[in-house]
Amino acid sequence: MDNIISINDLAKVYDNGFEALKTINLDIERGEILALLGPNGAGKTTLISTIAGIVSPSSGTILVDGHDNVRDYRSARKLIGLVPQELTIGAFETVWNTVSFTRGLFGQKKDPEYITQLLKDLSLYDKKDNQLRMLSGGMKRRVLIAKALSHAPRILFLDEPTAGVDVELRKDMWRIVNKLRESGVTVILTTHYIEEAEEIADRIAVINHGEILLVEDKTELMQKLGKKQLIVEFKEPQFSLPDSLKDYSLDIDDKGLVLTYTYDATADATGITRLLQSLGEAGMSLKDVRTTQSSLEDIFVDLVHSDGIAANEQPKEKSA
Amino acid sequence: MNFAAIRVIYRAEMQRAINTLFQTLASPVISTSLYFVVFGSAIGSRIQTIDGVSYGLFIVPGLTMLTILTQSISNASFGIYFPKFSGTIYEVLSAPLSFFEALIGYVGAAATKSFVIGVVILLTASLFVDLQIEHPIWMLTFLVLTCVSFSLFGFIIGLWADSFEKLQIVPILVITPLVFLGGSFYSINMLPPFWQTVSLFNPVVYLVSGFRWSFFEVSDVNVWTSLTMILIFLGVCLAVVSWMFKTGYKLKE
Ligand SMILES: Nc1ncnc2c1ncn2[C@@H]1O[C@H](COP(=O)(O)OP(=O)(O)O)[C@@H](O)[C@H]1O
Ligand SMILES: [Mg+2]
Repeated sequence: MDNIISINDLAKVYDNGFEALKTINLDIERGEILALLGPNGAGKTTLISTIAGIVSPSSGTILVDGHDNVRDYRSARKLIGLVPQELTIGAFETVWNTVSFTRGLFGQKKDPEYITQLLKDLSLYDKKDNQLRMLSGGMKRRVLIAKALSHAPRILFLDEPTAGVDVELRKDMWRIVNKLRESGVTVILTTHYIEEAEEIADRIAVINHGEILLVEDKTELMQKLGKKQLIVEFKEPQFSLPDSLKDYSLDIDDKGLVLTYTYDATADATGITRLLQSLGEAGMSLKDVRTTQSSLEDIFVDLVHSDGIAANEQPKEKSA
Repeated sequence: MNFAAIRVIYRAEMQRAINTLFQTLASPVISTSLYFVVFGSAIGSRIQTIDGVSYGLFIVPGLTMLTILTQSISNASFGIYFPKFSGTIYEVLSAPLSFFEALIGYVGAAATKSFVIGVVILLTASLFVDLQIEHPIWMLTFLVLTCVSFSLFGFIIGLWADSFEKLQIVPILVITPLVFLGGSFYSINMLPPFWQTVSLFNPVVYLVSGFRWSFFEVSDVNVWTSLTMILIFLGVCLAVVSWMFKTGYKLKE
């Protein structure tokens, strides 16, 4: 596999003693779109800030296209563009100057044609001589994207790119991300919206409490989404099941009232008929039968729950 | 070396001064003129010459030093404090750029601004008095060294400060007294012996004395001593900055 970023045993303890990242191991493939999915405070910003060189790691290593991001920081950082989470931007510079400034910081010669095209792609060209303080929030975010792309990076980090962003910019952003991916740029975005990860990513890494809980292909996660559950409620408590059901993967709750059968809804034979028949033959009277489909959100909440997160931190809200 | 980065930082910092060119230049010109009207003409006419130099002329080097010290510190400290405060420093931190390259950009720009202001003050002064410069090379050396080392000092303050109060406290509590007690407006030989000795611990005394010597060949301390002292100050600032660099002091988490 061709990894453009390789993170090994990365840990970050902030000065106040807070352990924001605990032994992170993560490989990011060249050219993929990876979503870092996790609730607020999970450590997403810390992780990408550490890769970008804004936060120093406490231990562990990060290789960016083979370059150690501390010892060989120049080679590593040249490849990276970062759009921060907050609208951290100057006030009195013009759009054109601030984008050119970033390009220069990354050691690149002036290239007015490239900047012109970039500003046009981001619908910023007619604002190029405006001072930053005159721009709306959405426009400022566009400028931040232009700055991050000003030196044509091979890796782009987008930290919560759609937080508080209007539909049009969101569409533009996904269009740009797709275009970048076509040209081989690796894109890493952080989000706490599941839909967002689902919509755009190739792979999804779930992070919470400074740990990566899962990294999986989005399509494989979608297959898990294909898993259904049949839930059978009994009238009377049942603690032993017919022998004919030995080969089923079944769960009964503590009170013996609810039976859960997990099956693959896409399979030819789901085994539902035989299950219900056997229950009937065994004389068990059923109170209710229903099916549920686990969503990515359920998977996520499960993961996060087993990690012991407070209920109010669950990323339940939907994007606007 | 990432020269492109140094250039854009330098240029952006200079642009800030150019955008506010009027304030940048008007304030030193006006205050210098006021000093001349008050001290040079009104009061100065009643003060006898000091070491054979008329009072109006005598205060020119000290006045220039007073302004470039304050300007260097406030320019350089604000230049680095503001991006830190607003968060835009993330860009510089994530760029393929060493701390020293950033330093050259920021401190270079602050020192340039102070130098220009210093020259403007001397030009303004020459409208009021007949300014002669006995040792132009020494004069430029002192001017440049002061602009650079105090811009560096300002940069350190800007890095250290985590509030606007701290940003202003050093100039107000330390620099202003040192400058006023540093012989800008008098010769320290005019002080009682005890205070003369105390003054020798004031680094500004050496700056003003050396700078004044380059104009009139009169000085409180030997010119080489002055040069040595300012080089030591520069060395200390460089050492502090290197230490800050090694520890990532207050820039990186
Ligand atoms: N500079 C810092 N000092 C101490 N703790 C911090 C600092 N920055 C972030 N944290 C803590 O680290 C955790 C992870 O933060 P962050 O990476 O911003 O999470 P996310 O981006 O996933 O919301 C949070 O609990 C946050 O409070
Ligand atoms: Mg964050």
